[in-house]
Amino acid sequence: MSARIYPWLFVAFLASVPLWIGNQYFLYILTSAGIFIIAAISLNLLLGFTGQLSLGHVAFFGIGAYVAALSTLGFDLEFGSARFVFPRQPVWVGFFAAILVAGGFGLLIGKLAFRVRGAYFVIVTISFAQVMRMIALNWVDLTEGPMALNNIPPLSLWIPGEGVVGFFKKEYNYYLVLVLAVLSYLLVQRIVRSRVGRAMIALRENEPLALSVGVDVTRYLVVATVVSAGMAGMAGALYTHYIRIVDPDVFLFIYTVTMVIMVVTGGKGTLAGPVVGGFIFGALPELLREVASPEVQWILYGIAMIAIVFFLPQGIVPALAARFAARRGPGAKPEPEARAP
Amino acid sequence: MLQVEGVTVRYGHVAAVREATLRVEAGELVTLIGANGAGKSTLLKAISGLLPLAAGEIRFEGRSLGNASARAVLTAGIAHCPEGRRVFPQLTVRENLDMGAYLRRDRVAVASDLREVFALFPRLEERRAQAAGTLSGGEQQMLAIARALMSRPKLMLFDEPSLGLAPTLVERTFEIVAEIRRRGTTVLMVEQNALAALGMCDRSYLLETGRIVQHGTGDEMLANPHIQKAYLGG
Repeated sequence: MSARIYPWLFVAFLASVPLWIGNQYFLYILTSAGIFIIAAISLNLLLGFTGQLSLGHVAFFGIGAYVAALSTLGFDLEFGSARFVFPRQPVWVGFFAAILVAGGFGLLIGKLAFRVRGAYFVIVTISFAQVMRMIALNWVDLTEGPMALNNIPPLSLWIPGEGVVGFFKKEYNYYLVLVLAVLSYLLVQRIVRSRVGRAMIALRENEPLALSVGVDVTRYLVVATVVSAGMAGMAGALYTHYIRIVDPDVFLFIYTVTMVIMVVTGGKGTLAGPVVGGFIFGALPELLREVASPEVQWILYGIAMIAIVFFLPQGIVPALAARFAARRGPGAKPEPEARAP
Repeated sequence: MLQVEGVTVRYGHVAAVREATLRVEAGELVTLIGANGAGKSTLLKAISGLLPLAAGEIRFEGRSLGNASARAVLTAGIAHCPEGRRVFPQLTVRENLDMGAYLRRDRVAVASDLREVFALFPRLEERRAQAAGTLSGGEQQMLAIARALMSRPKLMLFDEPSLGLAPTLVERTFEIVAEIRRRGTTVLMVEQNALAALGMCDRSYLLETGRIVQHGTGDEMLANPHIQKAYLGG
């Protein structure tokens, strides 16, 4: 049996979960973990495959969340005597607007930041996320500031036999997130295995050499940032319509850190890394809540993180891949994408 | 084929190469010798578009390369085989070679060039699926040369191909450089090992503190008292 089938078996297993899981709370946990996994997959494209650390990645997530919320709720703004009214839009218009606007900001940040790479990129992205948070907090006319935007409608879909169904039910959201996570995974896989992806890996590995073989380094970094930002924006839109309230805290630094942790512990630069890391660190805090007091939860969370970084510095997926390859003998070719720097 | 005229390259305020002028004719093997820090690698990087020119002019086959990008220089037919970290360590041997042909669209010709390169370096074919970082130093150097060949260059720039290799491999590397030239690729090679470089080249230029101070055929340079004293230990 081809090894290619295992990921699909895993997807099939995930698809079966709502059929047998009794506790709706677990479905909630898996759905929110899934949203974060999409964000982590998007971050991995930048951090894992081009080697650029975006410490403001949550900015794209938050922009997606706010764009989706504002377009579905509509808003009006007054500039002096001029009044600008933006009418309510259908949820899917807002959803795609979230992807486009976040991607647009990715283009802007990418063009700005990659003139000066490395540490400067990190600084630019952090500042960007902070500025977005300040705007969300202080532009009360638009964002309601800390009062939050609420009563955001859920996503809806026309389903044969049932008409247009609002996604109030957990199962619907669960399946939606599952489908979009699989699509995000496939998109990143497609990019990484293409000529463009090879170029991204090459420039991560040895930038002067990549330049000298003719890779247009800046262009590919910008492409990666745009795709990554758009995908993070989509995760933000999903979050908004799922939680149905959005406040400036979506821009908190801790969410970026969570995404980075998911990518790094899972294995940056591997396709499966953010998925594995996302399941562990997306679901772990919630599951621990059942069995431990809050202080103990965070301590266990911290210990798990340190243990992984300490014992599996490359991340979980590369460590497993190496073990698997060793067992199949020295002739076995490792997974082509299982390469962390 | 290649004309470098009055080229100056600066790092900030420091000029690493001053008003360098040299030429390479089609089919030649020309070397650029000099001590550490003389500006040899800098000049090579300027030719291949990795560093901007502060002054001067570079022409290739009659066309100005001015301040052309590395891509444009490569497309024009100049490949650079750099010193130091020469391969993409996490990519396989095969993928490294594919990167060498990155700008080429003629797939059929690329496939036949790949066979030719494997014929020249059988070791690389054996290890095609292996990560380049796991190769020995000598094999990595062969891979770097093979990768540069994959762009099917008219002019190949070698930067210190013998650096950091065991003596037997140094000899093998020079044999390969000579073989590449025999197959019709023009070569400009930077080399610290003046004796070897002068012994195999048609012509050579000596660079001292950023300036070209001598040039001549290999034999003329070998006979030059200044070069004998300063670079050949005689």
